[in-house]
Amino acid sequence: MDFVFQISSIALIGAVLAVVLKYKKPPMAMLLGIAVGVIIFLLVIGKVGAIIDILRQLSERADISSFYLGTLLKIIGIAYIADFIAQICRDAEQGAIAVKVELAAKVMVLMLALPIVVAVLQALLRLIP
Amino acid sequence: MGANIDLIFKIAGIGILVAVAHMVLKNSEKEDYGFAVTLTGIAVVLIMVIQMLGTLFDEVKSVFKLF
Repeated sequence: MDFVFQISSIALIGAVLAVVLKYKKPPMAMLLGIAVGVIIFLLVIGKVGAIIDILRQLSERADISSFYLGTLLKIIGIAYIADFIAQICRDAEQGAIAVKVELAAKVMVLMLALPIVVAVLQALLRLIP
Repeated sequence: MGANIDLIFKIAGIGILVAVAHMVLKNSEKEDYGFAVTLTGIAVVLIMVIQMLGTLFDEVKSVFKLF
């Protein structure tokens, strides 16, 4: 419960300071926004790690190949990083750069997902006599 | 944890300081110095933020096993 209050207060302080800075020095406000985002994420990622450990244990118990869960986690990681950077670019009113970052992330995700798609197609082919 | 929050205040402090220095230099008709001060402040803060972003990327890499 403390955790939510901690995150909220960090966000609130960051927002107020960013508004103060935006009045005279907009680039500084953008950097402050990045710093607040990174701090909040660093606080959250510890908990995410614990959740992922539990998911890993569950998938081991269910005899799911760790390859699938690994790919899924990689995709989530890529999507998070790309979204973080794209959002920052959008805040800096550089929508074009944000779209390119998202495109790169989509290509990377597709590259990671292709082996699984191929595996599904092969399983389908085996079903056809 | 404490060091983390410090960074927000550090950035805000540098920003306000740079804004004040810029204003003072502008009033004493040294605009080019003011610009240099602004640039230096932004560079310093950028280095701090980039280092932090590096730790974020490392953390994401280790949590999501992205190698």
